[in-house]
Amino acid sequence: MSNLRILVATKRVVDYAVKIRVNAAGSAVETANVKHSMNPFDEIGTEQAIQIKEALVKAKTGTAEVIVVSCGPAKSQETLRTALAMGADRAIHVESDEELQPLAVAKLLKAIVEKEKPDMVILGKQAIDDDSNQTGQMLAGLLNWPQATFASKVELGDKLMTVTREVDGGVETVKAPLPAILTTDLRLNVPRYASLPNIMKAKKKPLAKFTVADLGVDIKPRLQTLKIAEPPKRQGGKLVESVDDLVDKLKNEAKVL
Amino acid sequence: MFSAIRPRIASVVAKPAVLNVVRPRFFSQAVVARSNIASLHTLTEDESLLKEAVARFAQEQVLPKVQKMDETEQLDKDVLKGLFEQGLMGIETDAKYDGSESSFMSAILTIEELAKVDPSISVICDVQNTLVNTLFRKYASEDIKERYLTRLATDTVGCFCLSEAGSGSDAFALQTRAVKDGDNYILNGTKMWITNSGEAEIFLVFANVAPEKGYKGITCFVVDKSMGVKVNKKESKLGIRASSTCTLNFDDIVVPATNVLGEVGKGYKYAIEILNEGRIGIAAQMLGLAQGAFDATLPYLFQRKQFGQNIGSFQGMQHQYAQVAMEIEAARLLTYNAARLKEQGKPFVKEAAMAKLYASQVAEKTASRCIEWAGGIGFTRDYPIEKFYRDCKIGAIYEGTSNIQLQTIAKILEKQYSS
Repeated sequence: MSNLRILVATKRVVDYAVKIRVNAAGSAVETANVKHSMNPFDEIGTEQAIQIKEALVKAKTGTAEVIVVSCGPAKSQETLRTALAMGADRAIHVESDEELQPLAVAKLLKAIVEKEKPDMVILGKQAIDDDSNQTGQMLAGLLNWPQATFASKVELGDKLMTVTREVDGGVETVKAPLPAILTTDLRLNVPRYASLPNIMKAKKKPLAKFTVADLGVDIKPRLQTLKIAEPPKRQGGKLVESVDDLVDKLKNEAKVL
Repeated sequence: MFSAIRPRIASVVAKPAVLNVVRPRFFSQAVVARSNIASLHTLTEDESLLKEAVARFAQEQVLPKVQKMDETEQLDKDVLKGLFEQGLMGIETDAKYDGSESSFMSAILTIEELAKVDPSISVICDVQNTLVNTLFRKYASEDIKERYLTRLATDTVGCFCLSEAGSGSDAFALQTRAVKDGDNYILNGTKMWITNSGEAEIFLVFANVAPEKGYKGITCFVVDKSMGVKVNKKESKLGIRASSTCTLNFDDIVVPATNVLGEVGKGYKYAIEILNEGRIGIAAQMLGLAQGAFDATLPYLFQRKQFGQNIGSFQGMQHQYAQVAMEIEAARLLTYNAARLKEQGKPFVKEAAMAKLYASQVAEKTASRCIEWAGGIGFTRDYPIEKFYRDCKIGAIYEGTSNIQLQTIAKILEKQYSS
């Protein structure tokens, strides 16, 4: 009988479909009154954890407890409720209105891991607002756990996970003993909708709150954003007559050769 | 491709609207009264989550199939399955019958969100929830509930069989007969214009057991298709073509007396009460239709340029879309308020009639304008806009024609104002 405890990290980000703008001060992306939702890679992570649980229950070889955690302001609770409505068992909110950079989040998650002692931690490969692609790896470093990132397939054995990763050169398969870190990539699964019965059940699921002080973590930012600017507007294309013409333009106008 | 579920935390306790009431000096007191009543835009957290989930389901699972369903006049089986899987076909049904045990407003929001994408799918969900399920929930014996509610919530479509060739608005002139024969009733007759009947396995049939008593003989029977219901002619319609509308024949159908829903002779009462509620559902469908058409069209106004500017920036256009947006908002408030009144247990018949009447009018005007604003594109079947125009007309016709709604409102006003 294997009973797994899976911790899933989620982040509330600007919705992927929103056309983002730089704010008036030029200091950050405008987030006020802009639609937010769960980071898509974290949705995939939540879905994966629930699928693992369902597979164990179906095979009658055990079960899993899926705990979702999010670090952020009060509104992060919306993200947690979504995850509960998808089928997670309970939620943890680490509340902070400060800027939380990946290292800070990794340290907070480490504190949660030490409390909850999960067998696996699943994170999205990166958040779509900062595209850092660091938190999972840093957490593995802090915990000294094995990590499998950019997962496109996961199989669980006896205290072991076999992960197919999508890397620059193609796909690679790694085995890691549990407890381990997994970060999700796009093709791992297709997240489910929150069905109405599950939304109603989610109301009764526990949501615990912690502050940064409760966990005793230093979240001071180590990176400072100097400038944010929109990319230059697209110029129209030009038609060229010959290869020589093309080479000439690439050399002298676009200056890429 | 990534669509996240996008819940909003709706404040359950909304920001108070501050009313400063300062009493006159001679009482030597300044009293400030505050109201904690939330705006009609306020939704509970569950309602917000549900709205987002249905919107996402509609965009991802329904939208790609809308055009095909309309052209072939066929409901896609996977769409129907999806509705059941999401718990949207038993929204208010108790969890012990595998329902979603949610609120009436949740049903209204579901119907609205579905209608933004396809009013046909919306009406299928509306009939199942606000007519069929509600009749069972309110009037059925425990035995009937156990036999039917779970099926309706999980995999079986139901339909509401009242209208006939000779009785639409004059519903109680129905001719379908039920003759008692021992422990059974023998049903004979024909029903027409029945929504969902192409896919349904469960039929709520209104038949008269005692024509000499007039409408007081009308009784509601729960009829399984296996009892011998013949589904005939599927109407070829102007709009909501993916929703099946068929003629049904009952030839000496044997229905056990234990399948009488509620009490014999009370069918007329059940029908009226259910239709009063169902009206709010249709209002929500028309509201969603209007909003869907509007949302599909407005972005185009800021992409299409003529005479060197976006067509949406011409004042003539601005005035038109501002007017339409205002009317959609008014229809929304009428609909949501009627739903909230019903949830509160307050009288809502007049408001429900107003909501359905107005929303159907707004839907028609909005869809019509949207085609005009989109110009040639609006008139083309390749784009989604013209479908909303075809779909909207039914709003003024079913579940009480617009004239019937006006009658309902007038009767209530007459009672109110005459001594």
